[in-house]
Amino acid sequence: MGMTMVEKILAKATNQVSVKAGDVLEPRVDLAMSHENGALVINQFKDIFQGTGLEAKVWDPAKIAIIFDHRVPAESSKTAGNQKKIRDFVAQQGITKFHDIRGDSGGICHQILPEFGYVRPGKVVVGTDSHTTSHGALGAFSFGIGATEMAAVWALGRVLNVEVPGTIRVVCDGKFKSHVAPKDLILHLVGKLTAEGANFKVIEFHGPAIEQMPTSGRLVICNMTVEAGATAGIVPPDGETIRYLQKEAGVKDKPDIFGPDSDAVYDQMIHIDVSQLVPQIACPHTVDNVKPIHEVLGTKINQIVIGSCTNGRLDDLAIAARILKGKKVARQTRMLIFPASTRIYLQALKKGYVADFMEAGAVVMNSGCGPCLGIHQGALADGDVALATTNRNFKGRMGNPNAEVYLCSPAVAAASAITGVITDPSKGGE
Amino acid sequence: MAKVVFKVGDDVSTDIIYPGRFMATVLPTETPQYAFMDYHEFNAKIKKKEFPPQSIIVAGKNFGCGSSREQAASCLKGPDFVVVAPNFSRIFLQNAINLGLKMVICPTIEANEGDELEFSADQVINKSSGKSFPIVALPKARQVIIDAGGLIPFTRKLLLESKGKN
Repeated sequence: MGMTMVEKILAKATNQVSVKAGDVLEPRVDLAMSHENGALVINQFKDIFQGTGLEAKVWDPAKIAIIFDHRVPAESSKTAGNQKKIRDFVAQQGITKFHDIRGDSGGICHQILPEFGYVRPGKVVVGTDSHTTSHGALGAFSFGIGATEMAAVWALGRVLNVEVPGTIRVVCDGKFKSHVAPKDLILHLVGKLTAEGANFKVIEFHGPAIEQMPTSGRLVICNMTVEAGATAGIVPPDGETIRYLQKEAGVKDKPDIFGPDSDAVYDQMIHIDVSQLVPQIACPHTVDNVKPIHEVLGTKINQIVIGSCTNGRLDDLAIAARILKGKKVARQTRMLIFPASTRIYLQALKKGYVADFMEAGAVVMNSGCGPCLGIHQGALADGDVALATTNRNFKGRMGNPNAEVYLCSPAVAAASAITGVITDPSKGGE
Repeated sequence: MAKVVFKVGDDVSTDIIYPGRFMATVLPTETPQYAFMDYHEFNAKIKKKEFPPQSIIVAGKNFGCGSSREQAASCLKGPDFVVVAPNFSRIFLQNAINLGLKMVICPTIEANEGDELEFSADQVINKSSGKSFPIVALPKARQVIIDAGGLIPFTRKLLLESKGKN
């Protein structure tokens, strides 16, 4: 019987010829990522060794990545303390893939991992962040886990008792219309599947629209598969994956290129013609409350946010700059832009996007997660409405349960910034 | 037998169970004070330790969707709640098992605040309404972790075995 992408990866990670959905395995981990919640992982890790007489050493310091991104620079002494604790642990254990608060190598974990070539096709990646699904964009099996689960990975180098997930195959045909983006595709898919439609499953993407999509777009769609409950999203690696890893991430070795077997068994098949898509909006307060833009046109917006691990990459900023250049952000609207990494920030600076944003009236912020989850700047007032390129719109998400968050693509966000209301970018700025 | 002390709807996210703005707090001894922070009345009662152990939260489908933050499980484990829901989101379910928070998967559950529930091996019995509802077992793959009392003792045992010191 044929295997899906993830079945193939898990067979390899457990030295087996074949595995199938439902099998229980303990796959080897190739990369284990944490951010500031590494502070909790450290507590749990030390607890595991309590009373064993064994030295608390991580299984492989070269396979652990820690990236500060949630509250950078620290907003409180408590966070600063957590960060210090992690810094000390990193030094003590010899962890090399560590990204501190720096302008030359900092950023959001889900951008740093691909950008620095830490993720390769066919690998098993775990992260103490639900959007670890992002890295399926490079053909890895990459999924989110909790802090205690990570502590066990740090101790053993494998994930315990993993049930091989079933896979939903999504085939995407057609070409995106102008002003329609990978974000609109994934919002549409989450709306179709619902918030629990892919719980405990993998979403495997195929078809010409995926083959023609750059890695930046694949990161967007895999990132948000978790909003349908998916364990992971995954795109079969191809020529674009090699281009990205070698040209953009500076990887020297040749990545492993593979796809699912032609007779792989899928739980469900979904077909989407992307040429039929219009801009999509996820309305408050669930990500699966998705509507085509014409149903919410004219909704007044107090705060526009472009950035995050979902849509804070250079091509996202390029789209926004093209729309905003020479225009002004509406008077009653605030606009925040936070690039996904400091490298992207610097590129946007050199290309003049940052100047375009600032001259339009937007505030360009440091790279980090803060505003997306309401933990570090950009909080909303009671009654405020935000339109954001981020990934979640749950009640309270941007720091206030009495506010509303709509989710959209960078083009919609930029066009709406000019008018102060939800605006279709194809008719934008009128 | 224990009482349903709180009832919530479908798709209750980790942002509702444990708002992101309190994520810098990580210690399981400190997280319960922020549990369901924006449900002020319920949160105040948690803070006052008004609920006896094994008090029940009844939730709708997909409980715990969203973030991987473990505080969402530890803040409910502290007061020793039992959560009954038609199903749970994957990462929350694993975190809860890892920390030893008791969950009951009951797809057809009907219960209101104040109802008294009893759990048998395969049923939730609502003593107040007289109805009973079938339980779906937790993932088999995780049973060994539940039996060990959580992932930390389970991993400790594996470590000792692998070092031949047990």
